[in-house]
Amino acid sequence: MEIYAKGMGFEQLNEAVRRCKEQEIVIRGCGGQRFIACAGEGRRIDVYGVAGNGAGAYMESGVLNIFGNAQDALADTMNGGEIYVFGRCGDAAGYAMRGGEVFVRGDAGYRVGVHMKEYGKHIPALIVGGRAGCFLGEYLAGGIIAVLDLQNTGAPLGEEAARGMHGGRIYVRGEAGVPLPDCVTAREADGEDMCLLLPYLEKFCAAFGGDAKKLAAEKFTLITPAPSNGVKRLYVSN
Amino acid sequence: MEEKFFEGRVRIPSGCAISGFIHRDGGMSDGGAIIASIATMRERSNGLGGGFAGYGIYPEYKDYYALHLFYSDKVVKRECESFLEERFDIINLSKIPVRKTPGVVDAPLIWRYFVSPLPTRLAESQLDEDEFVSRCSFFINTNMKGAYVFSCGKNMGAFKAVGYPEDVGEFYRLDEYKAYSWIAHGRYPTNTPGWWGGAHPFCLLDMAIVHNGEISSYDANRRNMEMHGYKCNLQTDTEVITYIFDYLVRKRGLTLKEACAVIAAPFWHKIERMPEKERERAEFLRRNFSGLLVTGPFSVILGYKGGLLAINDRLKLRSMVVGEYKNTTYMASEECAIRAIAPVLDRLYAPEGGEAVIAEVMR
Repeated sequence: MEIYAKGMGFEQLNEAVRRCKEQEIVIRGCGGQRFIACAGEGRRIDVYGVAGNGAGAYMESGVLNIFGNAQDALADTMNGGEIYVFGRCGDAAGYAMRGGEVFVRGDAGYRVGVHMKEYGKHIPALIVGGRAGCFLGEYLAGGIIAVLDLQNTGAPLGEEAARGMHGGRIYVRGEAGVPLPDCVTAREADGEDMCLLLPYLEKFCAAFGGDAKKLAAEKFTLITPAPSNGVKRLYVSN
Repeated sequence: MEEKFFEGRVRIPSGCAISGFIHRDGGMSDGGAIIASIATMRERSNGLGGGFAGYGIYPEYKDYYALHLFYSDKVVKRECESFLEERFDIINLSKIPVRKTPGVVDAPLIWRYFVSPLPTRLAESQLDEDEFVSRCSFFINTNMKGAYVFSCGKNMGAFKAVGYPEDVGEFYRLDEYKAYSWIAHGRYPTNTPGWWGGAHPFCLLDMAIVHNGEISSYDANRRNMEMHGYKCNLQTDTEVITYIFDYLVRKRGLTLKEACAVIAAPFWHKIERMPEKERERAEFLRRNFSGLLVTGPFSVILGYKGGLLAINDRLKLRSMVVGEYKNTTYMASEECAIRAIAPVLDRLYAPEGGEAVIAEVMR
């Protein structure tokens, strides 16, 4: 089913999506309507235009393709499924993600992947093809973030990356390039580390083009919580 | 503008929307586009305030100050007009034309005066024209209950009301004005109730500010500005930003970029890492104007003669994107507000926290 969203309020658009029984929905002319695919389950939604704030929030499963840019708060508290953004995304993407995968072809805004967390098999992943803004992975508790800087700007991260990080992994192609806080250590990713990342790079390249194996053979920096980090076991082992 | 509409009595927990564009080649467009842009972000407003400012709208009176006033009643209007007549040559006065709009109700009396300070009074005051006009405007806003100057620049004007911004634009017939730059605001008051004077933009002379956020340092900033004769009598945080820009740029002669390095000063740990020259400058600005550092989340668009400036707080706690298409620069809280009026862009980016984006009409 196709929905032409121009002029529709966000309630009206999301209601139309909810009411639709089909497994594949195409939204054209999207002009910033919020909460697309919020708590979405099991379906594929293709969005053309600008997806508004909170796209894919609380998403459970299925696929959300955004053929354009996403605004702020993409994948907020996402639980499962896959989101592909063919343009850039705004601030606070992947906030408190608990599962699922987000692939952004271009740059990402500030505060991406703040306080993502993992449990058992539920490991959220957020892959940024361009650069990421300041505060990437702040208070990261679990999951995988990768910043690829495919435009080779040499400045993949903004300031204050990994502040308060106490779990999870941040991969950066090349060097981190910014001062990192005491609570983390950074080292060159080894073969085992790259094996973990490879499946995500494969999905990224399948969607946006590129050679995942070649990419994985390049130098990546891996940021993880420092072993001495007191926060690490404050609540639970992670 | 009855008592109950004034700010500071009630706390309303609650975002705002801002948008603006400038034709750098000096091209003019009517208010239709800016209304369409701000309307896209309706969810960011709650109907308690909307407003616009346009630059280049009064070419036939471009050498005169355009005073826009709200009056609560005819008594204060008479009082205010006699005050103006004693100080200004009023070459034109009229009601600001409005259109009945269901979304805008309880309008005060809204008048416009094109004025020039009387030479004798100006000489007597020993002030320059701008300062004379600024002081008169503060005098009215402070001392005449029920009268409020909400715009006092040359060849520009603000239009604001309680309502959703698209209704406010309709109300003020903005389709009948042509400007080289427009800014707009949709209000969602966070701490105080909405009233006509509390709607954005907040103007002084040719500067107009629209703002999304809340200023944690408001009281410190207000006290500092009051020492320099600025009176914050609208009880809403945004006005102080307008006065800070006026003070730093018009009175102290800072460039706009320098003013931004005061308002959103770099953190000390970033200053430490700067090259020496840059560090000295940043330290100078931080130390000399420490009371004018604005903390808390904000995104602001400043309109001024021939330009627009956008700036976020240092941590970028509010959203802001900038788009460019040919000779037009767009700035807005959300990308959709830009795409609504410029579907194809040459460039779209999000400025860094504390990074001033300046777009000016080419000379």
